[in-house]
Amino acid sequence: MAAGLTLNKITSQKGISIAEATSRVADLGWTPTYVQEAQTFPTDYKISKVPRDPMKQVLRSYFPMQEEKDNRVYGALDAALRGDMFRNVEPRWVEWMKLFLAIIPFPEISAARAMAMVARLAPGEELRTGFTMQMVDEFRHSTIQMNLKKWYMENYIDPAGFDITEKAFGKCYASTIGRQFGEGFICGDAITSANVYLTVVAETAFTNTLFVAMPSEAARNGDYALPTVFLSVQSDESRHIGNGHSMLMAMINDPSNHQLLERDLKYAFWQNHAIVDAAIGTFIEYGTTNRDKNKESYVELWHRWIYEDYYRTYMLPLEKYGIKIHHDDVSAAWDRLVKKNYVHKIAQFFAVGWPVNFWRIEAQTDKDFEWFEHKYPGWYAEFGDFWKWYARKSVPGETNILFDQENGYVYPHRCWSCMCPCVIREDFCVGEVDGKLYTYCSEQCKWTHTVAFQAEYEGRPTPAMGRFKGQRIWEDCYHGWDLADAIKDLGFVRPDGKTITAQPHLRFGPKDMWTLDHVRGNTLQSPLVLLREMSLADREKHVAQYRAGFKINPCNGSCSCRH
Amino acid sequence: MDTQTATQPAKSGAAGAAEFPGSDSRKFNYFEPKGRKATHYEDMTLDVQPDPDRYLLQDWIINFPDGTPTYSKDWTRVKAADWHKFRAVDQEWEKTHYQRQSTICGTIQNVIDNGRRSGAVGRFDKSWVKVLADHVGAYKHAEFGLGTSLMQAQRYGFTQMINNAILTNSSYKLRFTQDLTLYLGEIGLDIEGGIDKDAGKRNWLENPIWQGTRRAVEEIMGATDYLEQYVAINIVFEPLIGELFRSGFILQMAAAHNDFITPSVVSAAEGDYERNLANCVELIHVLLNDKDYALHNRIVISEWIEKHGKLCLAAAVQLQPIWSQPRVKVASFTEALEQARNRLRMICAETGLAAPSIVA
Repeated sequence: MAAGLTLNKITSQKGISIAEATSRVADLGWTPTYVQEAQTFPTDYKISKVPRDPMKQVLRSYFPMQEEKDNRVYGALDAALRGDMFRNVEPRWVEWMKLFLAIIPFPEISAARAMAMVARLAPGEELRTGFTMQMVDEFRHSTIQMNLKKWYMENYIDPAGFDITEKAFGKCYASTIGRQFGEGFICGDAITSANVYLTVVAETAFTNTLFVAMPSEAARNGDYALPTVFLSVQSDESRHIGNGHSMLMAMINDPSNHQLLERDLKYAFWQNHAIVDAAIGTFIEYGTTNRDKNKESYVELWHRWIYEDYYRTYMLPLEKYGIKIHHDDVSAAWDRLVKKNYVHKIAQFFAVGWPVNFWRIEAQTDKDFEWFEHKYPGWYAEFGDFWKWYARKSVPGETNILFDQENGYVYPHRCWSCMCPCVIREDFCVGEVDGKLYTYCSEQCKWTHTVAFQAEYEGRPTPAMGRFKGQRIWEDCYHGWDLADAIKDLGFVRPDGKTITAQPHLRFGPKDMWTLDHVRGNTLQSPLVLLREMSLADREKHVAQYRAGFKINPCNGSCSCRH
Repeated sequence: MDTQTATQPAKSGAAGAAEFPGSDSRKFNYFEPKGRKATHYEDMTLDVQPDPDRYLLQDWIINFPDGTPTYSKDWTRVKAADWHKFRAVDQEWEKTHYQRQSTICGTIQNVIDNGRRSGAVGRFDKSWVKVLADHVGAYKHAEFGLGTSLMQAQRYGFTQMINNAILTNSSYKLRFTQDLTLYLGEIGLDIEGGIDKDAGKRNWLENPIWQGTRRAVEEIMGATDYLEQYVAINIVFEPLIGELFRSGFILQMAAAHNDFITPSVVSAAEGDYERNLANCVELIHVLLNDKDYALHNRIVISEWIEKHGKLCLAAAVQLQPIWSQPRVKVASFTEALEQARNRLRMICAETGLAAPSIVA
């Protein structure tokens, strides 16, 4: 064969250019004249500019590309089994995947549904293909994650918790924080939810910690499946980020949108921080056994992905369009992570409530303590004793830590807005909407409920804005219930009918497992119900006490657990 | 053998490394499979979209400003005692969807490339080239309208099974509209003087032949009931207009005009439709056998079929002149239309519905 001659050169023939292909595809739409399309998902924004498609891809190349990505994912899962991955995987890590993978498929499929909401709003059809691809991508993400979960269930030592996964998602006191993340994409003002909350903030900023930072930690714990699946998922996100940015650019030149954009960027950033950092921060910092001091901590990752990559290179440039960026909230989020120990307090909360979870949470050990102290100076003084208490109380027959009077932990209020616990006590606040009292983790979350999610914003009618509804405080659902009855009602009991699904340790012997009898006799209470029942004076006193915080009592003496 | 290794229990996170309560619970146990065992599709799909009537303890947590929750049963006139009963017959989840779509894309691309390479396009009959430009060009817009309607509809269903079936239906339609668009662009490169790329849209918007079809599509696009959209597309539009044009015209006429490429491109849509139809028929069957609302659903769905049936049949009749435009007339419109009417009768029979008055 002559030098330089390739099969491609022999067989290639002239085709239409990508630009020509996308321009023809963009011309498929028309303005209906017989029947107008109903504006079923309204927005208060004005979109007069046609959004441009930055990706310039057509479905003919999209589907084979995605199939190839799938082939790699499924091939890797097979290889992981052949390589006996589960023999070496760290159970501490896989246990947290029971929570993570229970939450994430619903937000993913919600994102597919969200495409229905933005696709009709965008004038012109250029971005329609981008929205179509995102719709199918999100269908991919939701079902590929369900597949990964099933795969863990079939191959990991303790399948309990994976076996009830979607049921658990709807019921658990921890997975409830993921609810706002999923429903926030598809309910209320179509641009607020499906564009700003979903694509401009969640996908552009926080999928980096979700789908890039977390897989690295999985690999450090012997789990090669999660990185395979989630880095493949993340490879689709650049398309979604492009869709979101393009839509944003179609609105940003209209100054009448700026007020709403500023509102929504503030709401979306703060909520994403509250929810994603709570969950992913905990998985990365507390679900790992790898304590390499040279690796980045969650706050270091956050600085890289959220502060440098998103805030400085994506958000700040929006200022040139006249958008006021909420710099103070970005600083406040950073302070919550670095100075106020947000992630550590959330991890503490998850651990305290282990009986109403559906996975195992192991106590942190001396090796963990050393790493935490190295990365977060002062950590040991604040959290060391708690984890020692947790280890001590992990043995069946001990008082369940949730009701244990010895350790000094005070169960937190819930935030009506982000639905996370109000763990930063000094930031706790209350507010009233329509004469009813609500609790919030921060002033920002109070603003979200009392100011942003209302029919009027700064004197401007916002008739399309959603409303917070439902039983947003998990504890309200089981106020006055015996803990054992609540666990049974939740369905978080193993097939023998008595052993609790969750366990506060990784000991797999039957004698080490907690049963319903071990937790019976303790009554659950909702802090919000109690607060609402108080007189005004008592309420003020309670709030002041709550904001003053608590101190964990020293845990002296020998520990009855194995580290 | 190393005695130390043999006597020490291996530290392992693998299934079977220890026995304890729940250690063998390796199936999703929160839903009732349709068959004896859950299919992979069921495992991937069921209960991912939650429901306050099942496991959503705290109810929907956000409402639209009028009080409608994130998902509402009121988004369709049809009612069901159990919305979770439906399973998509094609059992699609992401892996199978991409495999099928990718195979179609590869097949079509091969046929087009090889046909073009052999100079086939240059041998197309001239009258046929105009038909492709004008009418396949116009028809691609109909597919686009249906695909975007389904994209809208996949937001509203009360279960993941319904919404995902509508989503894949949308994905197939939008792929097909692009298949036709790109195909016309590519063969235009091999035709002297090219193909008028605006002819299709011009015909779609202005040619009286297509106005009935455009109206029928816009009626579907404008419907606010997502199941009305789904039913109108698969039960009515597809047999009366979609298959009529694709199978009753293109697939029969092309070969006589030296065109073996277009039928391959178009036939992919026939394969897509068989699957989408099966899903839709199954859903209707479930709704017509609902323990509480069977009669109500029969009335509502029959109304939809009657309403869209009239529009689609009138549109189909308007398409008749197209059959006269190719030079070689190997297919008759009357026969094609009769076949379309028969198809609608058969589909109705399969669902258990009475055939609408237009074909009764």
